[in-house]
Amino acid sequence: MLVNRKLILAHFWLAFAVFGIALTLGAWQMFIRSPIGTWLSNPELYYRSLTAHGTVMGYVFPTLVAMGFGYAISEAALQQRLVGVRWAWAGFWLIVAGSVMAVIPIALGRASVLYTFYPPLIGNVFYYLGVVLVVVGSWIWVALMSVNLRVWRKAHPGAPVPLAMFANVAGSYLWAWTAVGAALELLLQIIPVAAGLKSTIDAGLARVLFSWTLHAIVYFWLMPTYIAYYTIVPRAIGGRVYSDSMARISFILFLVVAMPIGMHHTFADPQVGAGFKFIHSAFTALVALPTLLTVFTICASVEIAARLRGGRGLFGWIRALPWDNPMMLALAFSFVMLGFGGAGGLINMSYQLDASIHNTQWITGHFHLIFGGAIVIMYFAIAYDLWPHLTGRELIDLRLIRTQLWLWFVGMIVTTFPWHWVGILGMPRRMAYFDFGDPAIAPQALSVTFSAIGGFILLASGILFIVILARGMRAPRADAGPYQFALAVHQPTTVPVALNTHGLWVALMIALTLTNYGYPILTLALSEGTSVPAVYVGAQ
Amino acid sequence: MSTSELFTFRNRHFSLAVGITAAILIVTAIAGFLVLPFAQPWVQFANVWDAICSAAGVPQRAPKVTVPEQSTRLSEVVLTSSTLARPSQEGIGRGATLAQRCAICHGPTGVSRADSPNLAGQYAAVIYKQLLDFRSGARTNAVMSPFAVNLTDQEIADLSHYYAYLPRLPAYHPTPQLPKPSIVIYGAPMRGIAPCGSCHGSLDNKIGSPWLEGQSEAYMKAQLQAFASGERRNDISQQMRNIARAMTPQEIDQAASYYASQPPDVVKAVD
Ligand code: HEC
Ligand code: HEC
Ligand code: HEM
Ligand SMILES: [Cu+2]
Repeated sequence: MLVNRKLILAHFWLAFAVFGIALTLGAWQMFIRSPIGTWLSNPELYYRSLTAHGTVMGYVFPTLVAMGFGYAISEAALQQRLVGVRWAWAGFWLIVAGSVMAVIPIALGRASVLYTFYPPLIGNVFYYLGVVLVVVGSWIWVALMSVNLRVWRKAHPGAPVPLAMFANVAGSYLWAWTAVGAALELLLQIIPVAAGLKSTIDAGLARVLFSWTLHAIVYFWLMPTYIAYYTIVPRAIGGRVYSDSMARISFILFLVVAMPIGMHHTFADPQVGAGFKFIHSAFTALVALPTLLTVFTICASVEIAARLRGGRGLFGWIRALPWDNPMMLALAFSFVMLGFGGAGGLINMSYQLDASIHNTQWITGHFHLIFGGAIVIMYFAIAYDLWPHLTGRELIDLRLIRTQLWLWFVGMIVTTFPWHWVGILGMPRRMAYFDFGDPAIAPQALSVTFSAIGGFILLASGILFIVILARGMRAPRADAGPYQFALAVHQPTTVPVALNTHGLWVALMIALTLTNYGYPILTLALSEGTSVPAVYVGAQ
Repeated sequence: MSTSELFTFRNRHFSLAVGITAAILIVTAIAGFLVLPFAQPWVQFANVWDAICSAAGVPQRAPKVTVPEQSTRLSEVVLTSSTLARPSQEGIGRGATLAQRCAICHGPTGVSRADSPNLAGQYAAVIYKQLLDFRSGARTNAVMSPFAVNLTDQEIADLSHYYAYLPRLPAYHPTPQLPKPSIVIYGAPMRGIAPCGSCHGSLDNKIGSPWLEGQSEAYMKAQLQAFASGERRNDISQQMRNIARAMTPQEIDQAASYYASQPPDVVKAVD
């Protein structure tokens, strides 16, 4: 039951429109700093573009996808009209306003601070206020998800919450809490300086607060993808979810362990004690657990589908899978990229190995593979799956969809593999210019050229994606029937309270944040003489 | 299905979840705060508490060691983007009067006919910083230093505003346009040298960096060599020494003759 289709479509269209723009900027960045581009004589333009690209891809695009998908889940899984539609539109318009407000100073070169803010660098105050509006808009969504679940529970006392909604609400709580770190940094530290009320800033504290957000935001980006793995893919390929409880456990594990590990982004920071770095890296090791559980459960669910279709043998069933089904293809590509990206992640998370790739192009290669690759390809799949239900029209050209997914996969591999490689060779990230004529880095020229070519393949795929969706708005009308989520092999009739509610896990999430962040934040906030003068973008 | 059923140790899930989480936290804390600090034989701790504090990152005052007396003074000037922000007409006028003593060497229009540096239209913060450094002894020059030692803070500010206010006249030694040397436009990223223009004004101006176009070739060459040898060391955080040290003698020649031949109109104005 999808009633508020306009609301959901508005979120998706805005998401994909800004995605298209940011993707073009990304391809341009890749090109301009590669040997095939000519030296851009003003590096400032590169950083403008990078700030816009990072801000959109990191904050605006995934948030809008999660919100649109979240509203769809709430209506379809709970079989209940969305409560608070006016609020939902208010949230949407806040995001529109925030994005416009942030983009103007970026375009004017007044906020080239990159999406990680980089204090003591300080840009125009409207950039930060814009980001705050985007976050506030998304918090409305968090509240609505919680309210809608509550309304449903009242009507269905004791009934198991549908998996899709359980996971969706878990994701929204994770976001609500993880955004607090950056919100504190912006509201208490950066905005007062940007507004001219203060002229110094504690950059070390700002980095710690940002790390509070930086890791778990990654899992917020991941949530729609994981929800699609569990609740869309098995249905789309004619299988069943191997285990409903396993799925719930994965999502609650994300809630608990995604938060208290962010300091693995501050391994190289002197203001954080080594003991806390150790605790954070130990918890980081745990965060692999829900992903391993997921890979296992999804592989098992896919195997069920294959065997139902008559697949035989130890591995022979793989051939019986519906490979011409875009959902199958997207899942397979996503898993391959997740596998490679995960292997790279193991290197980032180890204190010693990290030192050799810290701040190199390896990092950008890594997160493009996981985020741009494994995660975003499932965003595409979600859109393809929902589109007929949202538009009431059919997506006819499956071949075109498959081509688009193939292009994204191939493009991502061509872009990110050489990107990792030059990182190992020591090429720093966030640099606008490289002199490949210098014998010392000449050998990297070929790899960077490949990455740039991959970037254009990705751009082509992105354009194709938007074209497919736009054509889908004009296709002949067809009734897609009610929207359904995958069923489990054993569809639960009762679920233990702990796995049907979020309270315990939210409590543990907050408790671990306090133990792992409380002391470092307090000492930094209370010690004197830790602030440095702000450096204003564009100031002489 | 109420929370009272959940938040109690009678609930198996609750005890399990809280127990496992607490256990992991305690084990990692013991490892991080006790075992690992002592596993580093090269670090000495007075006692267990000392080790815990160190692992927690408690800010500790460095032990009072006597800092050896500096043989050369370093720059003590603090520059921020609002240094000398609002020049007044009176200030500029006072500066003009004061500048008459400087004219013999720096030229009546702020453009020198000898190899003294041109000052006309230079960024105010640069004049200000250099004069403070000459006065404190952080930068020394037998010819110039005596003219700075007796200046007051106000006089230095006025002179800075005055010279910054003068128009940027073309220099006296323009040579035919030289090709852009790669060290100037690209820098040398592998040696940590950013393009000169990213600080010196043609791409961007980092506060305290003078613009160089039309400056005397001999002067610039001498300054670069002095930075490289460490004879001049008033640049904050060794910004310029790190660059000059990594430049080859040919690059120093190329950069100096290139900048000397350039007209000053490519330089970014101050907002
Ligand atoms: C007798 C000649 C002479 C007089 C008079 C003189 N200067 Fe200089 N000035 C120099 C020389 C030579 C240098 C370069 C010093 C070096 O090579 O380190 C210099 C350097 C400077 C610089 C540094 C410029 C740069 O780009 O780093 C400033 C600023 C300056 N003088 C200001 C003044 C002011 C203001 C007065 C008047 C109060 C003045 N000078 C008087 C000879 C003179
Ligand atoms: C990181 C910024 C930065 C870069 C890049 C840089 N410089 Fe400088 N340079 C400075 C600063 C700051 C000073 C002034 C130092 C001081 O405070 O006395 C300076 C001073 C100089 C001076 C002395 C000028 C005078 O009038 O006193 C010369 C000459 C110079 N730089 C040449 C170069 C050349 C050539 C390059 C490129 C190869 C270059 N610089 C790159 C920051 C930079
Ligand atoms: C598909 C989704 C994508 C996402 C989610 C994404 C996300 C991001 C983010 C968050 C950053 C960090 C910005 C920063 O360092 O400040 C970034 C940087 C960058 N992205 Fe993307 N991006 C995507 C696609 C692309 C594509 C297709 C290209 C082009 C090939 C590209 C090229 C770049 C480049 C060159 C950088 C800067 C790396 C550096 O210099 O450090 N991105 N991206
Ligand atoms: Cu992380």
